[in-house]
Formats: sequence, C-alpha cells, structure tokens
Amino acid sequence: MTQTQSEILSAPHVLEYPYKRSLGPVIGRFFTSLKERRIEGVRTPAGRVIVPPTEYDPDTSEPLSEFVEIGETGIVTSWAWVTQPRPNHPLQRPFAWALVRLDGADTAMLHAVDAGAESAMRTGMRVHVRWAVEPQGGIRDIECFEPEAS
Amino acid sequence: MSDEPLTVLRSPLRLEYTYTAGETSSRFLRGFAQGKILGRRCPECDKVYVPPRGNCPICTSPMTAEIELAHTGTITKFCIVNLPFAARNIEIPYVSASVLLDGADVPIFHLIQEVPYDEIRIGMRVEAAWEKPEDRIPGMESIMYFRPTGEPDVEIDLFEDADA
Repeated sequence: MTQTQSEILSAPHVLEYPYKRSLGPVIGRFFTSLKERRIEGVRTPAGRVIVPPTEYDPDTSEPLSEFVEIGETGIVTSWAWVTQPRPNHPLQRPFAWALVRLDGADTAMLHAVDAGAESAMRTGMRVHVRWAVEPQGGIRDIECFEPEAS
Repeated sequence: MSDEPLTVLRSPLRLEYTYTAGETSSRFLRGFAQGKILGRRCPECDKVYVPPRGNCPICTSPMTAEIELAHTGTITKFCIVNLPFAARNIEIPYVSASVLLDGADVPIFHLIQEVPYDEIRIGMRVEAAWEKPEDRIPGMESIMYFRPTGEPDVEIDLFEDADA
C-alpha cells in the first residue's frame, strides 16, 4: 500500500466569509473622520487621549465621549520590517509595520510605514500620514505613514 | 464633510488553502472516480471506518485492510436545512443525513434527494446515486446524493453504538 508522492491528492480550498461589522458610535465616528481626512481620538477624564478611540476608558471602564482632533504627524514607537508583503498587505513593496503615536495622542496605533528600506527605519523617527486617494471610510483611508523629510 | 456617519464596515475574510489529502484519504477519494466507496477495518477493534483513516481513532492500531463498501445504507440521523448558502445551489428545504453504509461502523454525511423532505426518517434505507462514470472525480461529489431504495425501514438502536 505504499504510494508515490504523485498519488497524493491536493486541491485549492478557499474559505470566504462576507462579514459586515457594526461599528458602534465611537469607531463609526473615527472612520467617518478618516473619510474627511481628519483623525479623532477620545479623551479620558484623566486627560489621556486614546487613538484609535475606544468606547470605554481602559483604566476605569467609564463610557467615553469627548472627541478631540489630533495631528497627522507622530513618532514610531516600535516597528517590524516586512521584506515580502502578502497580497492583503497595505503596501506591495517592503514596508514596516509600526506603532505610531500621533502628536496629541497618548497611545500608539498600528499602521504601515513606507520607508523604502529597513535602514531608513528607527524607533523615535517622525512620520506623517499619507491619505488614500479615494477614502472609503475605514482604517485604509490612511494609506500608510511616511517618514518626515529631515 | 461626509454625508452620513458610518455605521457598518464591510470586512470580508478570505483564506486560501491548499488541502493535501494524505495517503489514506487520497486512496479513499480516488475510489470515487472508480465508483467505489472504500473503508478500512481496524484489526483490533474490528470496526470499519469510512472515510478510512491510517490508524484506528479508538485504539490507534494501523489500519491497512482496505475494504469496498456497499452503496446502500440506513439513515441514522438527519437535519432539514432551511438556509440557502452560496456553495450549495439546491432548492430548500433539503435534507442532509448521516448514512450508515451496510458493513460500516461509522456513518457518512450526505444529501438525500428524490423524496419529499418531510418523508425522510431515521431507519430509512437509501442508496447512492452516482454521477455517470465519465463524470466521476476523485471526490465524494461523484455521489450526487442518496435516495430511498423502497426497502422496509430498519430498526436502529440509537444507544447501541454512540458513533452511529
């Protein structure tokens, strides 16, 4: 009952789920602002500004509703270089996944940085938003971040 | 300014796999192209598994004894499906059932057709309806569905064998 490798069957198998997500009042507002090329965070009673905004204060669990507009520039607090982007990645050339803390925010958000080369990346570097040409209302309305000209 | 605040986000998920059947399942699947339903018997437990596995799921003994199963069996359980979904273009309601093939110890799951859905019952005798020989592929789709044989129902002891 031994078989050669060629007798083993294999076939493509695709799983597809056509999900729609309800955004809720806070992420809904965040995405709406992105569509307008603005970035909004939410301020906690203690004065921290959370971006992307959350519905509840991570420290006290209180509902949050004080939205504040923050800047399009910030700093990279952590990053990882992607040498071979996958089909669903935001950029189809090598890029960095990075945590970016925007000016005026106290938390960092995950996004892509189009730095061209790994050697151009460093923690603490300043970056700014590159907006998508046609905003759809979602996180990809920020196409990516790019390094500030130094 | 945008017209309306966003409330819903389309967020489709797509996963692309290459499924590799392995040795035992490949033989099983190739059997369908030849109009055969293949199982294997455990030398220790004496149970016949279809689909076959390389090792007995109960006692882990290697199962090398391949056997060809009958194309007839008995419905041991079934469900009436009222929800259409994209991968199966079939009139609802339809019935999917566990069919215990004659000579097997575990049932396979398949579609039941050529009978009104509300006449299908546990213990009903059914037979495989095959695609034409030239349309058979190495896959269970080579059996289009099972249909009643018209034989008298079989008394199934649901508690005798929990697997069935």
